[in-house]
Amino acid sequence: MFIVDYIKDVYNGVTSLLKGMRLTGYYFVHPKEIITQEYPEVKQVLPERFKGEVVMRHNENNEHRCTGCTACELACPNATIKIVTKFDITPDGKKKKALDVFVYHLELCTMCNLCIVACPTDAIKMAQTFEHSVYDRTELTKVLNKPGSKLMDGVE
Amino acid sequence: MFSLESLAHNIDLGLNNIFPPTVALLSEMVIIGVGVIALFAVLGLVLVFMERKVSAYMQIRKGPNRVGYQGFAQTAADTLKLVLKEGLTPDGADKFLFNLAPFIVMIVAMLLMAPIAFTKGFQIWDINIGVLYISAISSLSVIGILMAGWASNNKYSLIGAMRSGAQIVSYELSAGLAILAMVVLTGSLQISEIVASQQNGWWIFKGHIPAVISFIIFIIAVTAETNRAPFDMAEAESELTAGFHTEYSGMRFAFFFLAEYVNIFIVCAIGATLYFGGWMPFHVGTWEAFNHVMDFIPGVVWFFGKTFGLIFLIMWFRWTFPRLRIDQLLNLEWTYLLPISMFNLLLMTIIAINGWYF
Repeated sequence: MFIVDYIKDVYNGVTSLLKGMRLTGYYFVHPKEIITQEYPEVKQVLPERFKGEVVMRHNENNEHRCTGCTACELACPNATIKIVTKFDITPDGKKKKALDVFVYHLELCTMCNLCIVACPTDAIKMAQTFEHSVYDRTELTKVLNKPGSKLMDGVE
Repeated sequence: MFSLESLAHNIDLGLNNIFPPTVALLSEMVIIGVGVIALFAVLGLVLVFMERKVSAYMQIRKGPNRVGYQGFAQTAADTLKLVLKEGLTPDGADKFLFNLAPFIVMIVAMLLMAPIAFTKGFQIWDINIGVLYISAISSLSVIGILMAGWASNNKYSLIGAMRSGAQIVSYELSAGLAILAMVVLTGSLQISEIVASQQNGWWIFKGHIPAVISFIIFIIAVTAETNRAPFDMAEAESELTAGFHTEYSGMRFAFFFLAEYVNIFIVCAIGATLYFGGWMPFHVGTWEAFNHVMDFIPGVVWFFGKTFGLIFLIMWFRWTFPRLRIDQLLNLEWTYLLPISMFNLLLMTIIAINGWYF
């Protein structure tokens, strides 16, 4: 029946539109549903696994655990890490390879976490930093080992 | 009690005392012109802000909330930006028509302001064919849009303008028939008489079924006529960049934008006048005490309350419904709205003749 189909069409159309209007109307009168985060005032609570940038762990005596083995440098897929090593003289007169400068290019890093996985001595970790914008690109090239820091005892 | 009617009357008397009648009439025209422009500016700011807030809350967002308290100065800042921008005229454009089009659209919106009754006796021009005047003038706005689209010398603009033409010409029909149904009921085309006939109840209640159908058709048709989503074929951001005003920038773009919002206000004011009694307070038949309490709220408040209620309804449509394609749009008009509104007009006539309304 043509006329029945016609009326059914109109009825179905109107009810589905009203269903939509009910939802938007519900949202309109329930401001607590708003999912907007007002960013600079309200900082987002970052999940524990959030990967912001690579940092090197230092203890209170300004000692790190990096032996300069370059495992992280080799693991890095896009040459973010550049490790410069030096030779320390141990007390018994032997030369020993040690970390000089740990260069980290944040502008190249994709936060893939492979360097942290690769590190045999657990020297580096991912930090929760969130705001990375700077005015000059060179500021993104960082040296991770703090000045004057040295290798922690007992880390080989 | 203070009322806008006595204010208007006193201004009229004062001017006629000081000046000869011709000068008094001219100065009244100037006052009205300035008043209408001021109202336009305020409406533009308020309605754009309202739209942005309503859309935000319906989409679980916050909307503008940085400029001024809760973002109230946002639209003023946007307007300032538009004023400072360069108004480009494209090389290939028809310069004269291109520059004329935004003013045509604005002038049409201004002309529509004339017969709207803000409160008792506060009306620019109480013409005896008010409703006819409104439906005649409102169809002129398509000329401005076609002019803009054609003069831009841009395919998007032209397609948008042509669609808008097809759309307005089609929906003019069912809007006209919906209004006609109410005219059948009131028996008058004069806005003040239509409002006065709702002394004992608004037509949407008194006219019951056909009035409600007529109102639904009217609100759909005017949404289409003002080129708003879900019928924004003329702009169609997703397919025509900005439709007929793609090439416009700066203040001339702002005129189109303002005209859109002013047109919404005007059609909602007309809807409020025809179906919800304009400035007439909420009256129920012969409940004298109740009616008397309602009379304490001034007519301006009633008028703007109803108008903004309808504007909210139209915004609600915009932020809920998906857009139609141009063929679906015309299909909706010619196969659904037009037959329904014709049938409704017949029903309304039968009801009016037999006096089956309250």
